[in-house]
Amino acid sequence: MAVRKNQANLTAQEKRDFVNAILTLKQQGGYDPFVTTHNQFIMSDTDTTERTGHRSPSFLPWHRKFLIEFEKALQAITPTVTLPYWDWTTDRTPDASLWGPDLLGGDGTGTDGQVATGPFAYGAGNWTLTVRPDSRPYLVRTLAADTPDLPTKADVDTALAVTPYDAAPWNSSSAGFRNNLEGWTGVNIHNRVHVWVGGAMGTGMSPNDPVFWLHHCMIDRLWAGWQSRHPDQGYLPATATQNLVSLNDTMKPWNTTAPAALLDHTPFYTYDVAY
Amino acid sequence: MSKNKTTATELTRRRMLQGAAVALTATAGTALLGLSRPTATSAAVGGQEIFDEVFKGRRIQGMPMADGSGMPGMQHPGGANYMVLIDGQELHVMRNADGTWISVINHYQTFSTPRALARAAVNELRGATLAPINV
Repeated sequence: MAVRKNQANLTAQEKRDFVNAILTLKQQGGYDPFVTTHNQFIMSDTDTTERTGHRSPSFLPWHRKFLIEFEKALQAITPTVTLPYWDWTTDRTPDASLWGPDLLGGDGTGTDGQVATGPFAYGAGNWTLTVRPDSRPYLVRTLAADTPDLPTKADVDTALAVTPYDAAPWNSSSAGFRNNLEGWTGVNIHNRVHVWVGGAMGTGMSPNDPVFWLHHCMIDRLWAGWQSRHPDQGYLPATATQNLVSLNDTMKPWNTTAPAALLDHTPFYTYDVAY
Repeated sequence: MSKNKTTATELTRRRMLQGAAVALTATAGTALLGLSRPTATSAAVGGQEIFDEVFKGRRIQGMPMADGSGMPGMQHPGGANYMVLIDGQELHVMRNADGTWISVINHYQTFSTPRALARAAVNELRGATLAPINV
């Protein structure tokens, strides 16, 4: 069984394997379609029309499936690779090892905010942004510039205490756990981390920054943490609802898997430490 | 509507060309409600602001659009019915249920007005130009 680990506990070899699998996928042309898919959903998911990937109940199962597909693509290159997670409640500063030259590289520098260190620095020649919202082909980060603080453990615990899973009108204005975790309401967990990293991570093409996967792996782990705290609470809506993915509706773009088949992550992977 | 409320602005060749681009946009099928003059302006239609200003060297414009209108090949999901341009290129924007705004450049951070959203995008772009919207 594949185990997803805290990035802070990866060995040097595990970091190398993870980075090299990403760079190989990029070189083979398999990475950028993930950026395209994410952006297509970001742009079409709206509060008043069909919504699947974001601002809706299926935010969590959609990203779980999206990460499983990405992890499979990496494992096709290096079978032992699994997605690590970034626990930003503990690794909260730009000098965390996450941002070291052996993993994701550091903050943007200079007047253009370009990431200049690590394997994803444009100057290293292996990371050109092709699916992008503007003319810049290089990765930009502005750590802590647009919002000063990452969510704390107390913030996370506040969100994890919320029930039910989701609530009408099932969008960015909903009460419920999903929207508190996504961050359109409440203490703001997921959205705030995108803003804290800034640059590419703040855009609809956020998977251009590989930290996207580590962030969403943490969000996925928190969903499992919520489930363990509230065993009597299930995915909602359980019955067919217009514009939404209900419990047994298959999700685009795969059209093969419903949230019901993704609620239990343990058939796919486990976490080294449950939240 | 204060359609002609303008501030003194030098009409440089570049700005005149930008004005021409907007005029072409209008003839291409975009129903602009209100002004499309390339001068620093501020107004509102139906509670939605119209703006046209230079912010940090970039021309930013925002304008409500009639239902169902839009440039050929462009979509305005979310029923935002509102268009934001930076130097004549459309910034993909979306309105949240609570009335706040996001854009493809600042997708996870909400802004109270389209003008604030456009200015935030200019800050993030640091001089870069927007890519064509490709939904």
